[in-house]
Amino acid sequence: METVFTRTPTFKDCPTHYCPGCGHGIAHRLIAETIDELDIRDRTIGIAPVGCAVLAYDYLDVDMIEVAHGRAPAVATGMKRTNPDKIIFSYQGDGDLAAIGTAEIIHAAHRGEQITVIFINNAVFGMTGGQMAPTTVLGQITATTPQGREAAGEGFPLQVSELLALLPGAIYVERCALSGAAGIRKTKKAIKHAFELQVGGAQGFSLVELLSPCPVYWRMTPAESMEWIEKEMTKVFPLGRLKG
Amino acid sequence: MSERVLMCGNEALAEAAIIAGCDAYFGYPITPQNEIPAYMSRRMPEEGRVFVQSESELAAISMVFGASATGKRTMTSSSSPGISLMQEGISYLAGAELPAVVVNVMRGGPGLGNIGPSQCDYFQATRGGGHGDYRTIVFGPSSVQELVDCMPLAFDLADQYRMTVVVLADGILGQMMEPIVLEKKPGRELPPKDWALTGAKGREQNIVRSLWLPEGSLEKHNNKLQAKYEQVQKNEVLCEQYEVDDAEIVVVAYGVAARVVRAAVNKARENRIKAGWIRPITLWPFPTEQISKAADEFRIFLTVEMSNGQMVEDVKLAVAGKAPVLLHGRPGGGVPTVDEILDKIKQLSIPTKS
Ligand code: SF4
Repeated sequence: METVFTRTPTFKDCPTHYCPGCGHGIAHRLIAETIDELDIRDRTIGIAPVGCAVLAYDYLDVDMIEVAHGRAPAVATGMKRTNPDKIIFSYQGDGDLAAIGTAEIIHAAHRGEQITVIFINNAVFGMTGGQMAPTTVLGQITATTPQGREAAGEGFPLQVSELLALLPGAIYVERCALSGAAGIRKTKKAIKHAFELQVGGAQGFSLVELLSPCPVYWRMTPAESMEWIEKEMTKVFPLGRLKG
Repeated sequence: MSERVLMCGNEALAEAAIIAGCDAYFGYPITPQNEIPAYMSRRMPEEGRVFVQSESELAAISMVFGASATGKRTMTSSSSPGISLMQEGISYLAGAELPAVVVNVMRGGPGLGNIGPSQCDYFQATRGGGHGDYRTIVFGPSSVQELVDCMPLAFDLADQYRMTVVVLADGILGQMMEPIVLEKKPGRELPPKDWALTGAKGREQNIVRSLWLPEGSLEKHNNKLQAKYEQVQKNEVLCEQYEVDDAEIVVVAYGVAARVVRAAVNKARENRIKAGWIRPITLWPFPTEQISKAADEFRIFLTVEMSNGQMVEDVKLAVAGKAPVLLHGRPGGGVPTVDEILDKIKQLSIPTKS
């Protein structure tokens, strides 16, 4: 029998701790495939965030570090500047990247650090119990917006990728969605492109934002979550290439 | 390389770090240590090494964290308020057991304080500083030459014990010009950095982490750290003493304050007052044993600090009630004078009949 689909070596053969229908597992798999296809496992260093993906190193079989909340782009800067031959990527959620780590992400992009950032936007803080994130959409009910997020007092959802795309140091910024086969295929292409830029020595910062389901704190089934990404989230966070 | 040159403390320590093989410097401007990043911004690229001016002290220490995790020698420098911001990263460095050198050219506090010389960050430096049960090795040099000499040792100790080493200077030491000798001396034999993140080539993945979730695993990790700290306490104490044997009054001071104390004690001796001094060079590990031994015979201990009394607590712990321990403290940028310390010593001395 012909094998048409198999585990990619850099994705470890173990169950993950993610909830059913969570996007993290898909995103990990796409990163692992990219690393294997580009044959860069032995020179890649990954950075795990504080958040649901803090244990990403248990699933991705590359050298990895776990860092303070939001500081991944600064840690990546320290790594890449001292190791220009290594491929450095950070994996960050929306609490990490869009709240506590805004200074670090903006300045890493601004300096044009030659790193790759995978930004998981699921519109909530997952690990701490589904609180409002800067990316929470208006009206969305979270643990800290029981009446739904209101623009007055809580602000509009923060479009970090649009902000970053304005910076000359950022050479590639794209937003994709981890929903449906087509969306996942597009996401894979974007992740691979971001890594390829770094492998090719492109002078600048690259980021791929992934709209990612968190069925647990969206209070939806996995199928409803996919639909919500396509119908609701993409209204606020339009898909496509923002830069590069 | 070993001729005498005249340099200010900040530039001298920067050059000493370069000689010690510092691969990368990350920092953010703050007075009174701005000569360090300025010097590094010129010299590090000349040496083909890394200099980055970060967007904040939080970022600077995180860059140190990243470079260190890949096995590079790396440092940052700042002054009191900036060091407060770096405590997050220093705690993570401790948890992840990564080596780093952090220079704190202290200024007056709390808050924005002033830019005067101060020793008000002793507690913060010697108690770890950030959250969690950890230590950093702390040097309190008192001359530009000593500042220069402690830099290679700081990098070696950081690598040997996989710890943060803090060099605690102050505004005077940073700005003061003194003739110094800069030379490369052979360093310590160091263990290989087989834990470093270098890309998993021909080996299993390396993970650098400070999160220990399974029950009991963090307690085990903390005990491992503690065992390491005990080794440091046993092996790495540095301290200097003068005329303690027959002294009735022993003055304990470090850093710039110790220079004033030295002059005051000399004057006291000229006045036939039996005074001596003990100068901790490492503030952690603290020279507890040396002070405890000195307290075996009855003497009065006087601690002189440019703060309202922080090291005095360690002196009291060392003396352990065997003798009185007093404080002469000058906070907020105040610097004690020779005469005011001499007066204190005179007040405490037992009048001898001639
Ligand atoms: S809480 Fe949300 S983001 Fe976190 S693992 Fe569960 S589904 Fe995924």
